[in-house]
Amino acid sequence: MGWIGDTVDSIKSIQIRQLLTQAVSLGMIVTSALIIWKGLMCITGSESPVVVVLSGSMEPGFKRGDILFLHMSKDPIRAGEIVVFNVDGREIPIVHRVIKVHERQETGEVEVLTKGDNNYGDDRLLYAQGQLWLQRHHIMGRAVGFLPYVGWVTIIMTEKPIIKYILIGALGLLVITSKD
Amino acid sequence: MHSFGYRANALLTFAVTILALMCAIASFSDTFNSPSPSSQIQILNINWFQKQPHGNDEVSLTMNITADLRSLFTWNTKQVFAFVAAEYETPKNSLNQVSLWDAIIPTKEHASFWIQTANKYRFVDQGSNLRGKEFNLTLHWHVMPKTGKMFVDKLVMSGYRLPEEYR
Repeated sequence: MGWIGDTVDSIKSIQIRQLLTQAVSLGMIVTSALIIWKGLMCITGSESPVVVVLSGSMEPGFKRGDILFLHMSKDPIRAGEIVVFNVDGREIPIVHRVIKVHERQETGEVEVLTKGDNNYGDDRLLYAQGQLWLQRHHIMGRAVGFLPYVGWVTIIMTEKPIIKYILIGALGLLVITSKD
Repeated sequence: MHSFGYRANALLTFAVTILALMCAIASFSDTFNSPSPSSQIQILNINWFQKQPHGNDEVSLTMNITADLRSLFTWNTKQVFAFVAAEYETPKNSLNQVSLWDAIIPTKEHASFWIQTANKYRFVDQGSNLRGKEFNLTLHWHVMPKTGKMFVDKLVMSGYRLPEEYR
């Protein structure tokens, strides 16, 4: 009867090994995603290298759900560039076009005014109370590239969290049940 | 091994890879286009020119803009954003760029145009330096692709001058 015990043991050990392998491969997926994200941060110099357009204020150029690739270089900001900026007291960054630039003689500091292509007026109404210009530190990056529609995935997931949980659950189930 | 799930996964991965590759090639094909746009801007009239109560100069002018941007359009072009900016230097600022007029050009058919317009955005200086100021009018364009990299360039037209006196 010794061989039965051996078989049980081997099955048990296989299951543990399989479990470990699955855990490791799951860890690999998560860490490689993190590596790609952090690597993009290093290359582009922007704290969020990829943003999703949430409003229609830049239509027809950028629609809701489009993805923008940002780049933050040392180059000075110039009129016409599409920048992503944070206004004091607002959570969500805004993607708009620079229409006016004033660059100081000695310090090289810039003051810029932005406007959405699809908006009627400039952005002074969106800025903090009494703020007339954006400074360098408000600006997170400038848009350099563009990919349509892909951002809808994130918009759907943030607006309908149930779909996110279903998706995560299904993926988890797939990882656990897969044999090879 | 060859279950439905695996086949679906393989198909999806392949489809997404091909799509990404096609987007990259479409964007890359834009680099073969060497555009040669042309433009002319005339200042027809200085409508008014004054100092605001808090000390900044402001001017209103009427321009005549002629441009041919048809060569910017390729099969991967969604739109061209064109704008005219006044650019000048003052003792305080090494560069001032003030957008005066802009337009979204959706198709190649609309890319050769002629327009007479007053400045759409206010031409206000930071300070009081505009009397007798020489400035450039620059036509900038931003080519927005259907997918991929955006292209930017400009055409500088110099030799414009504001009047010596407020009016």
